Amino acid sequence: MKYLLSIVSIAIAVTILPLTSKAQTDMDAIMMEKRQFCVGPMYNHSSWKNYWEGTLKRDNQNLGTVSTNTFAVMGAYGITGKLNALFNVPYIKTKASDGTLHSMQGFQDLSLFIKWMPVEQMLGPGTFSLYTIGGASIPLTNYVVDFLPLSIGLHSKTLSARLLLDYQVNNIFVTGSATYVVRDNTKLDRTSYYDTQSHLTNEVSMPDASNFNFRAGYRSSKLIAEAVLNKWTTLGGFDITRNNMPFPSNKMNATTIGANVKYVVTANHNLSLVGGGNTTVAGRNVGQATAFYGSVFYILDFTRKTTSTDKSGKTN
Amino acid sequence: MNKKLFLYQVCIVVAAAAIIIACNKDIVGRTDNAPALAPTNIDSNAGSWKPVLLAAPTDIVVATPIATNTPDYIAQINEIKSAQANITQEEKKMVKYWSAGAILRWNEILRELVAKHNLPPYQNPDGTYPIPSAANPLAYPQFPFSNPPYAARAYAYVSAAQYDALVTAWYYKKQFNRAAPYKVDATLQVLVPKSELPSYPSEDAVVEGTAVEMLKLLFPGDQDYIQQKAAEHRRARIIAGANVRSDIEAGEALGKAVAQKFTARARGDRAGAAVGTPTIWAKLETDCMARGETPWYSLEIPKRPPMLPVFGKTKAFLFDSLTALSLRPAPPPAVGSKQMKDETEEIYQMVKNPTRERTAIVQFWADGVATSTPPGHWDAIAAEDFIAKGFSEVRWARNMALLNMSLMDAAIVCWDTKNYYYNPRPTQLNPAIKTLTGIPNFPSYISGHSTFSGAAAAILGHIIPERASAYEAMAQEASNSRMYGGIHYRSDCAVGLTVGKSVGGYAIQRALTDGAE
Repeated sequence: MKYLLSIVSIAIAVTILPLTSKAQTDMDAIMMEKRQFCVGPMYNHSSWKNYWEGTLKRDNQNLGTVSTNTFAVMGAYGITGKLNALFNVPYIKTKASDGTLHSMQGFQDLSLFIKWMPVEQMLGPGTFSLYTIGGASIPLTNYVVDFLPLSIGLHSKTLSARLLLDYQVNNIFVTGSATYVVRDNTKLDRTSYYDTQSHLTNEVSMPDASNFNFRAGYRSSKLIAEAVLNKWTTLGGFDITRNNMPFPSNKMNATTIGANVKYVVTANHNLSLVGGGNTTVAGRNVGQATAFYGSVFYILDFTRKTTSTDKSGKTN
Repeated sequence: MNKKLFLYQVCIVVAAAAIIIACNKDIVGRTDNAPALAPTNIDSNAGSWKPVLLAAPTDIVVATPIATNTPDYIAQINEIKSAQANITQEEKKMVKYWSAGAILRWNEILRELVAKHNLPPYQNPDGTYPIPSAANPLAYPQFPFSNPPYAARAYAYVSAAQYDALVTAWYYKKQFNRAAPYKVDATLQVLVPKSELPSYPSEDAVVEGTAVEMLKLLFPGDQDYIQQKAAEHRRARIIAGANVRSDIEAGEALGKAVAQKFTARARGDRAGAAVGTPTIWAKLETDCMARGETPWYSLEIPKRPPMLPVFGKTKAFLFDSLTALSLRPAPPPAVGSKQMKDETEEIYQMVKNPTRERTAIVQFWADGVATSTPPGHWDAIAAEDFIAKGFSEVRWARNMALLNMSLMDAAIVCWDTKNYYYNPRPTQLNPAIKTLTGIPNFPSYISGHSTFSGAAAAILGHIIPERASAYEAMAQEASNSRMYGGIHYRSDCAVGLTVGKSVGGYAIQRALTDGAE
């Protein structure tokens, strides 16, 4: 269940101005046991006052502080001990503290992931494991795209492929992953737009994106504490022009650093609390967001009898 | 087993990615594949239509063309042949693009320039705002800030100049009656539909020359882009076999000469003073208070001076300044009145919990920052309908000129009204009204969108009568969108539509008497 530490970061990435869609998916080296279903609610609060207009950092008195509150339900199911399915359903509400722009809210995008661990073996003093994660997301509602930075999302279907490597010695671990995200066209409510030229259509081609994630810290069956570095890069797109509004196909890049803690409350390991935060240290066409989140997860065991015998010690 | 699973997963991801990439097809713009212009009526008598600014086509002198049996002319035919012999894919695309119509393509280019420059300047450190300078267009803030009044005027000048230039061209086409190159040399390939119209001077080059010259005034910082488009356009006509070089050169010179007359008019039409001065801005406020009313104030932070508050004094195309004043409607409901309170409450109720359908209408018609503005939106609506009508270039120009003169004159009456009454926006009277689009930085009464749309629907309904009720419905929706967006009261919208319709009526009067109907 420790993997949920990073599922929650799905929603965190979403809060970056203009939203960088689902920047992260499942990014840790943890698997559910067979027939265990872990589920829980998550709350995330993110806000920014400054943002990058292209590479120029500025504020905007007509927005003040833009905040995003996300309520999500996330879960994971162990198809086998080496093959897990994960989902995330976020409800998002945005608001600007100043100016006249209306807040936006609604269910955003359903994310699904299939995570597989084909390699797990002793290597030197520790355990090495390799994971592949395939993801897809699809908008759940017909929310407004063209109202950045207050839109709740970019309304683009995505597919992602990730390779993740993990190494653990005793209770100390490091994890690194690289992801490629393919993004489908998105549609506006208007019939023409200008990015770097005029387009007489409501359809917008969305540049693909990459994501790199590194995390390291302490990991035991009772407690996880980790530091996280995440780098989201839009592979294409254009800069917000001077004093313009953001646009869905802007070149949105963000590097965040953060920390997460998970604590298992109950002796039988089925209830745990997760919390954390992160802040944006570099960006382009995004808000300099700081986010905090908290979550409660509960494991429902559908096996007749618990047979948790993970050799690596990375149970639940 | 593991390897197998791994392979399956890789296969699924690759297949899924392939599907999404396949679906992520190239986006095709609505007019990218517009058919080549093949007018049902070439309007061969358009040389007798009434120009807007010229007294007569003979105001412009066009030299007698060389005969088609001279060595010089034959050399020009050979220029076409060698260009066609080495034609590239890129050139074929260029020919196809321009064949859809010169007025259409230059209108699209103008809309693009408007959208590019429709950005309000960022404030100075002291909270004032810089004003773009035509003398230094590339320095920030770039010139122009092509907001709706500026854009309306730009569309009108370019369209009206192109119309006058084409009327002149038609006059000389008939007078000189020089055949098209493919009539002179039957072996010549033609890549566009053939026409019975004499080809000297080239109507395409007339439109291009007019646009280039007008845009020197209106978008002085974009000459490199404009000249590149112009060169493509001229070359496309030669490669297509539609014009020889001397057709093009005469047409371009004619277009430029007509544009210079419009440029002279533009320099004296008072729009250059539309931005006002701090003294004028203060007076608008005190005059409003002297009438016992609550004046508008900017809802931007820091407060921005009103957008082109003196634009209402610009010289209109369709009527004189006294008529413009007479079109100013009666005052809005007093700010303290029950009616204004009720209208404000109505807007609050509309924006409190907006439906997705209404938000889509707001967005569809918003035409705000970085767009071609409401006049540009109406130009796009008109252009796409005109494509289907198979108009000749000169009729395209005439109809676009009627539409855009209506839109500019609607802007003049609307801006006069706004800055005379200086009425607050709904959010000023009730700050709980949050808007679904950017709040425009000028007074509320009357709605610009409604005035523009009322005028556009009136003249377009005259030009294409079978679409009249559709245009009216669009105008009504555009008008409503401003209430749904939380930025206008019902009075602003209803009166705006009526005033717009009156302005459009002047364009209809002109249309009935310009000799084209």
